[in-house]
Amino acid sequence: MDILVFVKRVPDTESRIRVSHETNTVVEEGLNFIISPYDEYALEEALRIKESKGGKVTAVSVGKEDALTILRKCLAMGADEAALIKDPLEETYDGLRTARIIAGFVKKKFPQARLLLFGKQSVGADNAQVPSMLAELLDLPQVNVVVRLELEEDRGVAYREIEGAQEKVAFPLPAVISAQKGLNEPRYETLKGIMAAKRKEIPIIPIEEIGIAAEDLAPRVAVTRLEIPPARRAGRVTSGPAEETARQLVEFLHREAKVI
Amino acid sequence: MNFELTEEQILLRDMVRDFAEKEIAPQIGAFEDSHLFPAEIIRKLADLGLLGMTIPSEYEGIRTDYLSFILALEELSRISPSVCLIVSVHTSLFSKSILEFGTPALKQKYLPRAARGEILGAFSLTEPGAGSDATSLKTKAAKKGQEYILNGTKSWVTAGSEADAILVFAQTERPEGPAKLSAFIVEKNFPGFKVARIEEKMGLHSSLTAEIALEDCRVPAENLLGEEGRGARIAFHLLDGSRIGIAAQAVGLSQQALELAVRYAKQREAFGRPISEFQAIQFMLADIATLVEAARLLTYRAADCYDRGLPYGKEAAMAKLFASEAASKVATHALQIHGGYGYSKEYEIERIYRDTRVLSIYEGTSEIQRLVIARNLLKDS
Repeated sequence: MDILVFVKRVPDTESRIRVSHETNTVVEEGLNFIISPYDEYALEEALRIKESKGGKVTAVSVGKEDALTILRKCLAMGADEAALIKDPLEETYDGLRTARIIAGFVKKKFPQARLLLFGKQSVGADNAQVPSMLAELLDLPQVNVVVRLELEEDRGVAYREIEGAQEKVAFPLPAVISAQKGLNEPRYETLKGIMAAKRKEIPIIPIEEIGIAAEDLAPRVAVTRLEIPPARRAGRVTSGPAEETARQLVEFLHREAKVI
Repeated sequence: MNFELTEEQILLRDMVRDFAEKEIAPQIGAFEDSHLFPAEIIRKLADLGLLGMTIPSEYEGIRTDYLSFILALEELSRISPSVCLIVSVHTSLFSKSILEFGTPALKQKYLPRAARGEILGAFSLTEPGAGSDATSLKTKAAKKGQEYILNGTKSWVTAGSEADAILVFAQTERPEGPAKLSAFIVEKNFPGFKVARIEEKMGLHSSLTAEIALEDCRVPAENLLGEEGRGARIAFHLLDGSRIGIAAQAVGLSQQALELAVRYAKQREAFGRPISEFQAIQFMLADIATLVEAARLLTYRAADCYDRGLPYGKEAAMAKLFASEAASKVATHALQIHGGYGYSKEYEIERIYRDTRVLSIYEGTSEIQRLVIARNLLKDS
């Protein structure tokens, strides 16, 4: 089974993010970049499917050449191949544009792919748009935010968490699946994997080669302003007998917070 | 001059860092407190291939460049210097000794299993009456038929109670002249091998340091490593390389102390503001950070010399000397920044302070490192 896993290079969730107001971008200097954590669940699932059913896993990223680092990590974890679709633009926050690029890539280079795996969203942009948009563009079934996946030759069953229950979705292959935390526990790269990854070539495919119309490559999202969320203020703890603290709480909610 | 790590070195370093933070950090405190050997962690490290980093693929290891190995040790030590030490002894003393001095049969016998982590190796030079003065060992090895019979007491054996096989140094009698050091691979199940006791130490509690009693211990003649009488050369050669690992251990510990000190200084308030705003604290942090970076560069430089096939004995001694003594200073400052809390077992810096103290003692004291450096200097000119 040919499996594609789409991964994105994002700032480490533990980094302190700074914003440049001149360019409306996140300041990259001093930031540590990682593979988006949800994408790791997607890759792990792909590797497990390969190990149990055979097949080939290809990790793909859209971005600049610095994304090669996370593709190398995917190879070290066990992906058979990797490819970078080279996009000269900075983060556009335009999910549809990315989905169009990926759709063009799949049609042109991997029409035989049976499973297209994503993380449910990339941390950083957090729009959770690309998997669904891609499924629509390719006219494929999709299941998102998946916590369990069972595959057969030409169909599968995916479980997703919904409010208070788990939803079971049956679908034919090929399909688009996006992974949620809980789907699996991603493995560490082994030393053997790292040494093998070192010897593999990662092809770089210029975005122009995919054959997407110029107007579709122009971002349609304009970022007008990026802001760091205000720091959360410390909570307040009241003390004393229950009647007294209840009175204080009501007073606070009424007079200061003005919610009752 | 190029200070950039390669993509693979970064990948490996980040993998070990990630593993150490997620798999070792949550557990190691309990092992340290109860003086237990972290066998499960060592097994997981074996699964990742980290016990075979000095063993080439023909013996089922994955030998990396030495700098990669050093980076892995540094990251392990940042979270657990005990785990780092166990791995360092197994890879850079035990496995490497057999690889470099063993017969083909001896290599086949031990290296694949050592690479897979099926056996754990240790190293035993020191005795109760012989530390820095390594050539004055009392343990004797007498050849009798197809065996050597070993008698004596070996001390300060890291993981000595847990290891399956130990590189042991003993004196072999010669018909002409005084006895000379020889090296043997001694398995724990050889008749006459006994773990006499576990040392109670100031730090590195989960590395379990043992005293070993050899009472008519029967070692097959094939387990002689190298030639009879070449033991001192083997020991000194191995220690030259493993010292870079101890330097890396010191750098990892120092790095963690630095990170803890910065974090604490930003959180702790005194006189109405975070203590990081006081210049007295800032100067200590600046000194710590400078020591860590200098120690790291000396350490990487020694590993780089090793990788380039250049002489590295002096560089390794300098790295070990500086990094181990820097670690003690770093830990002292970092604990000072923590104030009274630093003296409490609730804070990690308390353990780090204890763990750093041995770095300038084992695998060659600071004084021995200075001797090595001075001899190299005087030999050169």
